[in-house]
Amino acid sequence: MGGWIGRRGVLAGMSAAAVSSLAAPEAFAQIRTRLVVIGGGFGGATAARRLKALLPGADVTLIEPNATYMACPFSNLVVTGLRDLGAQIFSYAELSKEGVTVARDRAIDVDAVARTVVLEGGATLSYDRLVLSPGVDLRWDALEGYDETTARRLPHAWKAGAQTALLRDQLASMENGGLVVMTVPPAPYRCPPGPYERASLIAHYLKTQKPRSKLLILDAKDNFSKMPLFMEAWAELYPDHLEWRSASEDGRVSAVSAADRTVFTDFESVQGAVVNIIPPQRAGEIAVRAGVADATGWCPVNAISFESTLQPNIHVIGDASIAAPMPKSAFAANLQAKICAIAIVRMLSGQTPQPTVLANTCYSYTGPDAAVSITGVYTNEDGSLSSVPSAGGLSPLAATDSVRAAEAAQAEGWFSAVTAEAFG
Amino acid sequence: MARIRIAAPDTAEPGEIIELKALIQHPMESGFRRGSRGEVIPRDIITTFECLYDGEVVFEAEFFPAVSANPFLTFHTKATQTGTLEFRWTHQDGEIWSQTHALTVG
Repeated sequence: MGGWIGRRGVLAGMSAAAVSSLAAPEAFAQIRTRLVVIGGGFGGATAARRLKALLPGADVTLIEPNATYMACPFSNLVVTGLRDLGAQIFSYAELSKEGVTVARDRAIDVDAVARTVVLEGGATLSYDRLVLSPGVDLRWDALEGYDETTARRLPHAWKAGAQTALLRDQLASMENGGLVVMTVPPAPYRCPPGPYERASLIAHYLKTQKPRSKLLILDAKDNFSKMPLFMEAWAELYPDHLEWRSASEDGRVSAVSAADRTVFTDFESVQGAVVNIIPPQRAGEIAVRAGVADATGWCPVNAISFESTLQPNIHVIGDASIAAPMPKSAFAANLQAKICAIAIVRMLSGQTPQPTVLANTCYSYTGPDAAVSITGVYTNEDGSLSSVPSAGGLSPLAATDSVRAAEAAQAEGWFSAVTAEAFG
Repeated sequence: MARIRIAAPDTAEPGEIIELKALIQHPMESGFRRGSRGEVIPRDIITTFECLYDGEVVFEAEFFPAVSANPFLTFHTKATQTGTLEFRWTHQDGEIWSQTHALTVG
C-alpha cells in the first residue's frame, strides 16, 4: 500500500487487509500443525487465540509460568493510588476454553534446528512454528549498584505486580517533604511515554497529598515521546512538584547506592526519600537462548511476517522485537500478534505473507481525569517498518479540559478492548 | 553563555591517576542542517578543548562538525603537585570559555 493514508482510513484499511488476505477460513481447518507461543502477555495471548481461531485443527500451546497476567498499561494509576492492582489481573481461562493448551511452565531453552522448546518442568515440546513474545528483561548489569536485590529497596515498577505495589506503598508512607527521584534509561525501552505518565501522576499525588514534596526526573535522554504535551501539562499543573533534568543537564544516572537511596550522575549525587529506578532493558532471556537476539539485545525480524531474520520458523513479536519506529507497547504487541498469526497461516498454506498497514496509539494520563495521545501509522511493505508520512499525530496543544477528559475516557475504552482481544 | 560542568577530585595522592570529566552546553551546529524555510543554519562549533595543569597542557581535543551537542569528555591525568586545573574551550570565532578547579596533592 502506498501513497497518502488518512488517519481515519487506517483502521478500516487494516481490517480490510486482514479479511482479504484470508479468504477461505474453512480450508485452514484441515491444516494439522504444532504451534508453540512463548509468553502470555498482550502479544503472546493474542497470537495464541488468533492462531487457534484461524487454524482450528492446529495444536496451539501457550507457555507461560504465571497463573494470571498482570497488565502494565494503567499500572501508573495503581502506583499513585488511583486504581486497584486487582484491575490489572487477567486470566487465561478463555484461551483454554477456546482450545489453546496453556502450559503453566517456563521455557528455558529453544533448539532452532531440532525445533524444540525445553521447559523448566522437564518437558520438551516440538513445534513447526514458534512465536516468541517474551517481553523485556531488566538489565541488571547496566547500572552500577542496581540488581534484583537492591530493586527491593529502589523499586523499578516496570513490570506490573509486586514492584508496582512496592512503589505505591513507598510513596504512601513517605513523609510530606520527601524528595522522589525517578531515573529514565536511554531508548529503546518498554513504553516510551510511560516514565512521563508516571511522573505526571506522581506529581499529582504529591501536589494533592504531600504538597511539600517534589519529584525529580533524571533522564538519560534530551527528548521524549509527547514531550511538548507533557511539558505543557507540567508547567500548568505541577510547576512546584516536578523537575525534569535532561541528559545535557547532567540527568544521566550511572550508579546507585541502595543503602542511602542515592543516585549518581556524571557530576552530582542526589539522595531521595523514594527512588524509582527504571533500568535499561533487553529482550527476554529466552530470545537469547533461541538465538534470535542480536548484539543490541533485541530481535531483528522481517516486518511482514515477524519471522526472525536470524533463525527460521521462529517469529518474534511485541517488546522483544526490533520494530522501530513502532514503539514497545501493548497496542503494538497486540497488532503484531494478529499480523504474525495471519502470516503464519499464509505460510502454512503455501501462500506468501502480504504487506499491510500498521498503527499504534499510546495514551498517557497527565492527571487523574486527563490524557494525551500519540498515534503512529506504519507500513511494512519492504520488510521493515517505516512511518507513513502525514498519518497519525498528537493530541492538540492548549486543549480544553474536556478534550483531555475525552481522551482519558478513550484510554479506558482502549484498555477494555485490548485486554478483551488478548484474554477474552 | 555556555554552561560548564566539571567533575574532578579536590585531593589526590602524589602519582595517583585521577579521572576528570568536563561538559559544556553548546549546540555544536554542524552547518549542514537547514531550517524550516530551507535556509542553511550557519556552522557554530567549538573547535578545541584543553586541560591545563598549572599552565601545562595535559589533555587536548579537536572538535569537528560531527561532534554532538553538549560535548562531554572523560579523561585521566596523573596528580603530581598541588595546583590548578584549567578546562578551556575555544570557539571557531576565537571566543574562549574556561573554568578552574583547585587540586591539593599529598
